[in-house]
Amino acid sequence: MKRTTFVLLALVLLAAASCGPKVTPVPTPTPSGPRTLTVMTHDSFDASQEVIAQFEAETGATIKFLKSGDAGAALNQAILSKDAPLADVFYGVDNTFFSRAIKADIFEPYASPALADIPDELELDPQHRLSPVDFGDVCLNYDKSYFEEQGRTPPQSLEDLIKPEFKGRTVVENPATSSPGLAFLMATVGHFGEDGYRDFWAKLRANDVLVTAGWEDAYYGQASWWDGDRPIVVSYATSPAAEVYFSEGAYTEPPTGNVLGDGACFRQIEFVGILKGGANRDLAEKWIDFMLSPTFQADVPLHMWVFPANPQAELPEVFQFAEAPPKPAQVSPEAIDQNREKWIEAWTETVLH
Amino acid sequence: MTPKHVETRKYGSTETRRALRVSVSPLPRVSFYLIPLSFLALFYFYPLFSILRLSLAPGGQLTLTPLRELVSRPYYTKTLWFTTWQAALSTLLTLLASLPAAYVFARYQFRGKSLLQALTTIPFVLPTIVVAAAFTSLLGPKGWVNQILMAVLGLDRPPINLMHSLSIILLAHVFYNYTIILRMVGGFWANLNPQLEAAARMLGASPWRAFREVTLPLLRPALTAASLLVFLFDFTSFGVILILGGPRYATLEVEIYRQAVNLFNLPVAAALSLLQIGCTFALMVTYTRLQQRITVPLQLRPRRITARQPRTRRERWLVGINVAVMILLLVVPLLSLAERSLSAGQSGYSLAYYRELSVNRQSSIFFVPPLLAVRNSLLFAGATVGLALTLGLISAWLLARQQGRLGRLLDPVFMLPLGTSAVTLGFGYIIALAKPPLNLRTSPALVPLAHTLVALPFVVRSLLPVIRGIHPHLREAARVLGASSWRVWREVDLPIVGRALLVGAVFAFTVSLGEFGATVFVARPQMPTMPVVIYRFLGQPGAINYGQALAMSTLLMIVCAAGFLAIERFRYGEIGEF
Repeated sequence: MKRTTFVLLALVLLAAASCGPKVTPVPTPTPSGPRTLTVMTHDSFDASQEVIAQFEAETGATIKFLKSGDAGAALNQAILSKDAPLADVFYGVDNTFFSRAIKADIFEPYASPALADIPDELELDPQHRLSPVDFGDVCLNYDKSYFEEQGRTPPQSLEDLIKPEFKGRTVVENPATSSPGLAFLMATVGHFGEDGYRDFWAKLRANDVLVTAGWEDAYYGQASWWDGDRPIVVSYATSPAAEVYFSEGAYTEPPTGNVLGDGACFRQIEFVGILKGGANRDLAEKWIDFMLSPTFQADVPLHMWVFPANPQAELPEVFQFAEAPPKPAQVSPEAIDQNREKWIEAWTETVLH
Repeated sequence: MTPKHVETRKYGSTETRRALRVSVSPLPRVSFYLIPLSFLALFYFYPLFSILRLSLAPGGQLTLTPLRELVSRPYYTKTLWFTTWQAALSTLLTLLASLPAAYVFARYQFRGKSLLQALTTIPFVLPTIVVAAAFTSLLGPKGWVNQILMAVLGLDRPPINLMHSLSIILLAHVFYNYTIILRMVGGFWANLNPQLEAAARMLGASPWRAFREVTLPLLRPALTAASLLVFLFDFTSFGVILILGGPRYATLEVEIYRQAVNLFNLPVAAALSLLQIGCTFALMVTYTRLQQRITVPLQLRPRRITARQPRTRRERWLVGINVAVMILLLVVPLLSLAERSLSAGQSGYSLAYYRELSVNRQSSIFFVPPLLAVRNSLLFAGATVGLALTLGLISAWLLARQQGRLGRLLDPVFMLPLGTSAVTLGFGYIIALAKPPLNLRTSPALVPLAHTLVALPFVVRSLLPVIRGIHPHLREAARVLGASSWRVWREVDLPIVGRALLVGAVFAFTVSLGEFGATVFVARPQMPTMPVVIYRFLGQPGAINYGQALAMSTLLMIVCAAGFLAIERFRYGEIGEF
């Protein structure tokens, strides 16, 4: 008797849990008292206390940040929660995930007046669901002292990487698990074209390229200017500047350089947008205006090591070492969206299997 | 004392039990058992079913195409096969490395024993990327070992290159899971009566025969329970495979992550999750059947009787060799990490990075003073320990009493969270926990709840072999003498399970401190813990960032070791004496 009751209770409970209530949009009550604006973003987001305090003082609202993993994981969470949004604003969609975000239909259009100051080539959405905030170039970094000691010239272009003299020298991140890795794959697609990139990777593989899962391991674990022994690593064009800035005065010149040849780098543009179904549309609009304003834009470089989208924003001195590639590779977001899986699969086939 | 209890005194033992069963009304006990079951239902089954439903039946229509895809593509079969055999091999190697140490820890007293035990558990909490840094600083091209070998052998290239190989996967699995065998088997072994084996020896059995025929059968429940946990951890291995193993290796867990996060292919991710959960369930059912046959009532003895100083030269060698292996395998990588935190990117040694931890040079809004990160980590860990021990005790009691079909069904259910992909469950939380009263998606409470889900199987597995082994005569004697159910539990059961409870507490603490499970994949509230701070520093290039990440990792190790030592000092009456 006792056992039967128990089994029944347990089963009812499990069943009740499994076919639980459907998730429907939660009607947020009209705000009273101090309001909170929630911004969902990726783990790399950072800003100054003073800058955020300025926004809070101007609007009288408190701002709450929800960090949700890397750029891909954060976007997926925003898409999954679209019926009951976790936040009012999402920052950190880049051009490799742009189409996934647009297709999922999670953003509301908002044409910020501040967009007038942003160069047209950074704006990818004519409907202004996503507005560009910053951009950065994924490039190969090389170890200056390594090549000086060897008395050799560092690589200048992608083609150099497959020369015998650079055999066993290069580290790249897996495009299937890393955002700079995917960006670098895009650079090779843009530079060699759909017909040529596999051939390049086959040769790079033959030249003993090392593939890591993520940027941290590639940079700190494998690069010869840190704990590894390989002098060429896929990172960002701003990394040499960051090495100087974070060296406590040990470096006055970067220990590393960028490979800036034609199409050797890929430009990542990061966007912000207002999430559908949020209750704070007016505040969200103000936040977007603020992110594009010179105050926030000037704060971007030293916190996230990318370039502000607004050219009027002043760059810090150390950014003299952040070289901009003259001709980054070009691949449209639509082409990326249509082919991302195909290219990654082909890459995996060529480089790993 | 009710008159009924007095009355039962005159009956024999079977009669007593029958009388007692009548005296306790079934309802309160059932509702008691419902606590852990509701916990699982709300924080495991409900989110899991939500994400599976969304993935496999998006419009309410169930689609089996992704399941078919799993069968039709040989890649997934290969992945399942690799997942299984590397886990089996890793478990075997972990057993080989740690069983001798478990014996030494159970039977001998020596100086520095608790400190060494605390140190061997540290790997368990370290993020894989930090362990990778530790291995690199030891075995990498510029690591100690290669530098010494190059100097001694006069080589111009580092001779050892373990990165991105099967060897490093196996080594890392042993490194991480050594402590599970050491603590669970060693802890159990320590309470076994050594006189049984001594009696066998006296009757002429060889040491090997005495071990095989007396000790091993008694040890088997703890041994299988611990091996099972190690296997499940290796089976669902993620960071070790991804970061250390390199891109050519993939377990089901890695593939689920790739499908869910990178490709956002939820149907295939869900199908793979189901496969992983199915394998875990099948394994657990087998295990449950097996362990019911091997459980025997035990005569447990306090440690002060079972462990002694090593006396003969052979005993001293045995202790010495095991301690040396432990130091080489587990402590040296940790030390090399600590050394890097004092030297990385600078000439000579300094505490610069530790000082830098409390400076907000960038005036970042995400700056966390180190003590606050430590406090947050400890708060979450404390909540997890409390929650996991409470739920674990009730669950273990429930399972120990349900030996029939119900027990065989329930036991595997408690283990399922360990076999469930963290990203699947994390995504499940986002859709399921969106509405009041369960709108916990961005609440700090979600963190200990999710950690408890992973910690619970450890507590249950530590407790069950001991609870099942409690000699029924002890309880009966107490009851015959008039003790109430509660008093029997408090004065007979609790002191005996005390040691296992401490082992469970240590694992709950480590699981939370190391941020295991779904919390990595959900939006985090603004209460950053130590691992979160480590990841923040590792995300940017430059000496100060790397140095601070290493300094924070070293702090994590210190807090962790201090926590273990504190837990082991914990005494409640007789608890811990065992």
